[in-house]
Amino acid sequence: MKEHNIEVLERDFQAKIDNDIKIEPKDWMPDEYRQTLIRQISQHAHSEVVGMLPEGNWITRAPNLRRKAVLLAKVQDEAGHGLYLYSAAETLGADREQTIDDLHSGKAKYSSIFNYPTLSWADMGAVGWLVDGAAIMNQVPLCRCSYGPYARAMVRVCKEESFHQRQGFEIMTTLAQGTAEQKAMAQDALNRFWWPALMMFGPPDEDSKHTKQSMDWKIKRHTNDELRQMMVDITVPQAELIGLTIPDPDLKWNKEKGGYDFGEINWDEFWQVVKGNGPCNKDRIETRRKAKENGAWVREAANAFAEKRKLRNTKKAS
Amino acid sequence: MNALFEYLLRLGDDSLILGHRLSEWCGHGPILEEDIAMTNLSLDLIGQATSFLKYAGEVEGKSRNEDDLAFLRFEREYKNLLLVERPNQNFGATMMRQFLFDAYRKLFFERLVHSTDSQLSAIAAKSLKETKYHLKHSSEWVIRLGDGTEESHEKMQSALDDLWKYSAELFYQDDVDEDLIENGIIPAVDAIKGEWDVLVRNVLEQATLIIPSNNWEQVGGRKGIHSEHLGYILAELQYMQRAYPGMKW
Ligand SMILES: [Fe+2]
Ligand SMILES: [Fe+2]
Ligand SMILES: [Fe+2]
Repeated sequence: MKEHNIEVLERDFQAKIDNDIKIEPKDWMPDEYRQTLIRQISQHAHSEVVGMLPEGNWITRAPNLRRKAVLLAKVQDEAGHGLYLYSAAETLGADREQTIDDLHSGKAKYSSIFNYPTLSWADMGAVGWLVDGAAIMNQVPLCRCSYGPYARAMVRVCKEESFHQRQGFEIMTTLAQGTAEQKAMAQDALNRFWWPALMMFGPPDEDSKHTKQSMDWKIKRHTNDELRQMMVDITVPQAELIGLTIPDPDLKWNKEKGGYDFGEINWDEFWQVVKGNGPCNKDRIETRRKAKENGAWVREAANAFAEKRKLRNTKKAS
Repeated sequence: MNALFEYLLRLGDDSLILGHRLSEWCGHGPILEEDIAMTNLSLDLIGQATSFLKYAGEVEGKSRNEDDLAFLRFEREYKNLLLVERPNQNFGATMMRQFLFDAYRKLFFERLVHSTDSQLSAIAAKSLKETKYHLKHSSEWVIRLGDGTEESHEKMQSALDDLWKYSAELFYQDDVDEDLIENGIIPAVDAIKGEWDVLVRNVLEQATLIIPSNNWEQVGGRKGIHSEHLGYILAELQYMQRAYPGMKW
């Protein structure tokens, strides 16, 4: 009898997915679907928050007032994305504090790209252009994700990400049209961020263990390699337009497939960074851990004060 | 020396340096919501700095723009209060610094709105809206943390003890001010002082904090005599402009 019930529930669930009806927090869903989403959404949330650090690194050194304000606003947006996403994960029963502790203990992952250092002002351009660019590529399809709260969060997030991408490209354009020193700075940033940005789409399809199930559940709409190809095809002409060179000798237009062929990605490097051996993994987590630790007394005090206030109000009322 | 130019530097530098200090918090706040809030404060202040320094450049008439003034003066030429260059220390101390400053700024902008100088009054009107929100935010935190736990109370009392001596400079006055006050360009500071006292005492009382008995007044910023901290702020702030002179970004 019970087994029969589950079968019915599962059938109804898959029917909703197949008919593009959104799954909402109170709806029944298979446990694996829930766990997959919790993992993906909290990883995404962590990426937004850890992603504040490489760009935060240049806020106090931005070259003029306008750039400083735009960068501040951008990093602030990322904090906001982190908040919506932690909330979306909470609708699935995830505990925000626990999720964050998992990040700090190394149990939860975040996008590997943020384990690369930002070494010059041009990196603010490269990060906006390529990293936010890749994020959009990943996230636009997520606006149609089967889980309602995640899909809706992505609609908001994507609007802001596309603004970030444009401002990053604008920084690169300005540098590419600037002095020889500025142009070299821009090219160097592109050289360092190009391959890690392509890695942002995750391992090649044949090694991606979650892709098929996620596509059946309409959490994912394109494979990693499809998204990576789109990224290359969109970005190469942009680089050409501003006179920068993509650091890939094998890059070539393929007329038949109507896209670029590109060189081998160093997956060794990718897995090393995922494992914790990137240039900044330790520093990023340590920074986040410290922020939480240093803020503990503030959160405790805020709770204590709220309690006191409640008590005073009940006393007044009685 | 042009008094209005000098005065605009004071206003612009207060906003610039405090905005810089707040931006140091980005990514390090005690909760994500406060990361966002402090970035908001910082953005408003950088915006105010931009308006004041842009106007300062026009008043000076030597074709220096807001970026030239923000990034290419030497240490002794910055005229901000010592208070705003104090290090962030911890979130409580940052909020205490903010509160002492916001309380002054709100009262000041309320009057500057009536300036006979239409540009100043326009900047003041916009800034006043922002500052009212800043003051609400910082005073709520001062109360919450002052009257929170024993630990937070101690931290806030020690922040107040450290920062109090810098609050006198909020009311610093010299011949730069006198001239401008006479022409109705800026408000008289004395009147603000009385209201500031009431406002600040009220909030500190709710926060169960005690104003230190030591009433030593540490001043200097308005004359360009700063603490050792400003040099490091400027080293970061000016890095790009100094390393790559004359380039467009
Ligand atoms: Fe984001
Ligand atoms: Fe994102
Ligand atoms: Fe972004």
